[in-house]
Order: sequence, then structure tokens, then C-alpha cells
Amino acid sequence: MSEPTQRESIEARIDRLELPFNARGIDPFGVSKKHLAVFYKALGFLYRRYLSVQCHGQENIPVRGRAMLVGNHSGGVALDGAMVVAASFFELNPPRLAQGMAEKFLNVLPFASEWTARCGQLTGLPEHAERLLEDDRLLMVFPEGAKGTAKLFKERYSLVDFGTGFIRLALKTKTPIIPLGFVGGADAIPTIANSYALGKLVGAPYVPITPWLLALPRPARCDVHFGAPLIFSGTGAEDDEVIMRYVDEVKARIAELIERARESRHQRAPLSLFTGGAR
Amino acid sequence: MKILIAGVAGGISQKLALELVARGHQVIGIDVRPWPGAPSSIEMHRVDLRKRAAEDVFRKSRPQAVVHMATVAQLGANIEDRARINLDGTQAVFEHCKNYGVEQCVIVGRHTYYGAASDTALYHRETEPPHALGEFPELADLVAADLFAGAALWQQPRLTTSVLRLCYTLGPLGQGTLASFLKGRAVPMVMGFDPLFQFLHEDDVITALILALEKKVRGVFNVAGPQPLPLSALAHEVGRPVLPLPEPIIRMMLGRFGLPKLAAGALNHIKYPVVIDSSAFKTATGFVHKYDELATARAFKQAFPLR
Repeated sequence: MSEPTQRESIEARIDRLELPFNARGIDPFGVSKKHLAVFYKALGFLYRRYLSVQCHGQENIPVRGRAMLVGNHSGGVALDGAMVVAASFFELNPPRLAQGMAEKFLNVLPFASEWTARCGQLTGLPEHAERLLEDDRLLMVFPEGAKGTAKLFKERYSLVDFGTGFIRLALKTKTPIIPLGFVGGADAIPTIANSYALGKLVGAPYVPITPWLLALPRPARCDVHFGAPLIFSGTGAEDDEVIMRYVDEVKARIAELIERARESRHQRAPLSLFTGGAR
Repeated sequence: MKILIAGVAGGISQKLALELVARGHQVIGIDVRPWPGAPSSIEMHRVDLRKRAAEDVFRKSRPQAVVHMATVAQLGANIEDRARINLDGTQAVFEHCKNYGVEQCVIVGRHTYYGAASDTALYHRETEPPHALGEFPELADLVAADLFAGAALWQQPRLTTSVLRLCYTLGPLGQGTLASFLKGRAVPMVMGFDPLFQFLHEDDVITALILALEKKVRGVFNVAGPQPLPLSALAHEVGRPVLPLPEPIIRMMLGRFGLPKLAAGALNHIKYPVVIDSSAFKTATGFVHKYDELATARAFKQAFPLR
């Protein structure tokens, strides 16, 4: 994280988000500055200290205008998504709010419903994704979906099947795709099994089981690499073969970035918790 | 222009009637309710829209345009009575329009047509179907009236029909679903949920309706103005504390303590947002709201301070 960023307060950075907040700090999608401040404080601790995330290639994310961050899930719960939101806020100048597509079950749960909405993480619906891009926002997409977060520890560097909707949407809205590779999520939450029965009980697709049972993250080093923008031309109404070719291209690019992230992770100094020196 | 307003005794309808008269239009009003102090310039008929006497008004007056505001949205009303008024009344309006040469008909519907559910998107477009009706059957008659009115677009091609799906109304009149909800000493909320609410100042509603008439827009249009606010923020702006209650407790309270007895799905309207995209109406009419969301809430607060 750059020096000026560390000195600047979270509130000051939120003020620099280029979003149409009203006088009470609420934007037309219900994103609230007040909630963002709490959210980013928690994310900042995770990002800087607890998970010690190192970010590379953030210059590939456009400063403004529509863009789609497309990446892999690295296991456990969607820690990777949260850390990409943190990277977009702490590493970019001006900061940007990366808006993900929250799992539908979250909107049914009290408090999760309120907080995801106020922090701009709208329910995962194609209409939301399209509208955010039309509004020139930074959309975050994980085409592996819930199958990606359900990866076991041993599968952490693999990629499961990608959906195709994100490519059709990128073509339709003429949005550049910024591929990203994320590693480390599975070290923080190493899933040894997924309990689908427990998931049903709490209203989630599954509940990951770790060696310490609960899916609470342990300190770990994470690396995220953003790649150069991929721009595809078309209308979004192309045949599946054409779309699959583009999907495979994005997937291959993400696989490369995962490898790059693994290499840079091995070169880093050992983790030093709570000192900020875990680089 | 000679304009007939069905449901003229309502607060917004009265304001519309007065504004139309001020703009030089001739206004004929129909309502079963009285309008004490109605100006003599407005020809007032206390008749039921569904009865023969109302048809006589159409036949004798031969209005050029009709604004249909005689629908009931109150959830406390008897559901069968409501359905009869909303559906039969709308049917009568279109019958009379066809038989007595009316050129234009503006139907004032509600944005709650789209329904509130956990898996519906923000900013509904006019092409979307209603959702979650099964969970909230009390809305079915309003949805049916809306769709019935939309059918006039092809059934009566010579009639210029505008079906307007208006978001909530707020302002000094303090009438309507949202205003009633906010008037109490505290605003009940479902704990852990804080949906966006979209509302338009009463004066902006009048502006929108007049634009629909003057621009003779044809089609189905969402009508909204400023950006929505979370319910808690809206409560704060109108000077009310919020009362967050766990959902099971609110469910138990429905039908008791003066609350209407509703299907549990009705609670979705204070759990999930109904937010509409009004860009088609703005493009068609050039509508621009005069009051933003904070000024609108302030106007309501000044008229209904917490005592």
C-alpha cells in the first residue's frame, strides 16, 4: 500500500470515491458512506494485517468508467472478493468501489441483507450487473460462482467451470474485462469438507468445515495480480461457440495470473502478524 | 381541454383539478366522496364510477381526456370491495371512453405493481412482470387493473392510453400508503432489513400527471423523481425514531394492535425495495422533479411534526 494511502483517513478516501452521493452520503443504489466507513475499516485490518495482501498490476484497472474485474475464487468463503474490494479502495487513486454480486441467500438473512446493500454488494442478478455497468461502475465477477468458493484446500489453485453470462454482458455493454488471479484464500480458510446439510439449516448453499471446524480465517498471506484489460468486440448475442472461446481466453489469462501470484507469494518474507511488515 | 377526473375528492386529485383549472382547462369531477369547498369552476358529480349516473356524466359532458384516480390501495380496506372498485371501476372508465369519444385516458397506478422480494432487482423497467404476488395476494387487484388498462393500448387504438406506475407520494397532504406509515410516533422496521424507498413530492406528482396529459404520451410508464432513501434514513429525515422488531414479532402483530391483517408476504414491502426506472417517462415528457428526496421528506416533516 502506498504511503499517502496509509496517511489518508478512510473517511477522506470515501469522500474521494467518484459516486453520486447525496447530501446524506447515500447514492442511488443505496450505498452509504457511513456503512462504507465501518466496512472499509474492517477490510483494511484484514487486508493490511491479518491477511497481508500484496497487490500487483492495479494500474490495469481504469481510473473511471465501466470495467469488469473477473477472477477466481481461492477457496473457503469469498474472502478473495472482499480483498479485491479492499484493493480497489486502498490501492487505486482515486479509490474505487468494486461492486460484487452477492449470493442470493445473503439478502434473505437479517443484517447481511442490510449491510451488503449499503456497501454496494447487490444481489447477484443480471439486471444489477448490467445496470451497474451502464452507470460506469466497477463490477466484480467470479464466474466460478458458489462452486468456486466450495473448493477444497487441495483444489485451491484449480479453476472450476466458468459461467458465460459475464462475457455476453461485457460484449453487450462494451466493458473491458480486467482479469485477476488471487491466491491465499484457502490458506486463511482451508476447507477440508463442505457440509451441505448444515448449509440448508442456515439458509446458505453449504458451510465450509476447516480443521478448527468453523470457517474463521487464520492469518495468511494473500496475493492478487490484476492483468491487462481484455476487450472483446461483439453484441452479446453471439453463438455459444464464440462466447466459449472468449470465456476460455479469460480463464487461461486468470490461470496465468494465479501462477504469477503463487510465484510472488513464495518470494515474500515470512508473515509477521500485527506489525505491518508482512510483505 | 375538457378533462374528467375520476376519484376527484382525493387530496392529490383535488390539487390536480385546481392546477388544471388554473391552466385554463375545464374540469369535471366524479367521486362518491364529497369535496367540501370545491370551487364552482369545477363541475362536481357525487356518483359511483361503476353506476349508470357516472355514464350519464360521460355522455352529457363528452370529456376529451380522463384521469382515472379512483382506485383504492389501502391495505386495511376489505379486499373484495377493493377488487370490485379497482377492477370494475377501471373497466367502466374504458367502456365509457370507447362509447363517448374520449381521446385520451391517463390511468394512475402504483409502482408496487412490481412486488417486493429478496431476488428482484433495483430499478424495475416497464417490461418486467409483477413478482411475488403469491406471497402478497392483497396486491392482485391493483396488478390486474394495471394490466387491464394496458390492454386498452391495443384494444382501443384510437384512445391515447397512459398507464402510469407512480412511486410513493409524500408531502404536506400526508395521504397515501407511505405517508400513513410514517405518521406514527415511530417507524416499525423488520430488524436487519432496511429497504430503499422511492417517493415523489405531491407537487411533482401533479407536474407529472399534467405532462402526461399535455404531451399525450401513449404506453406504460414508471413515474419517479429523486433517488430513493433507505427506510431508516427516511424515518430520520421525517423526524421519527425507528422501531426495529424481529420479524416473528411483527408477524404476530399483524391483525392486532390496529395493524391490518395481511399475508406474511406483505412484510416484504418493508424488507425489500421496490425501486423503478423512470427514464422512459422522463424521455417522453421531459419531466424533471422540483423537490429532491430530502426536500420532500422535509415538507412532510413540517406538516406532520412528531408530537
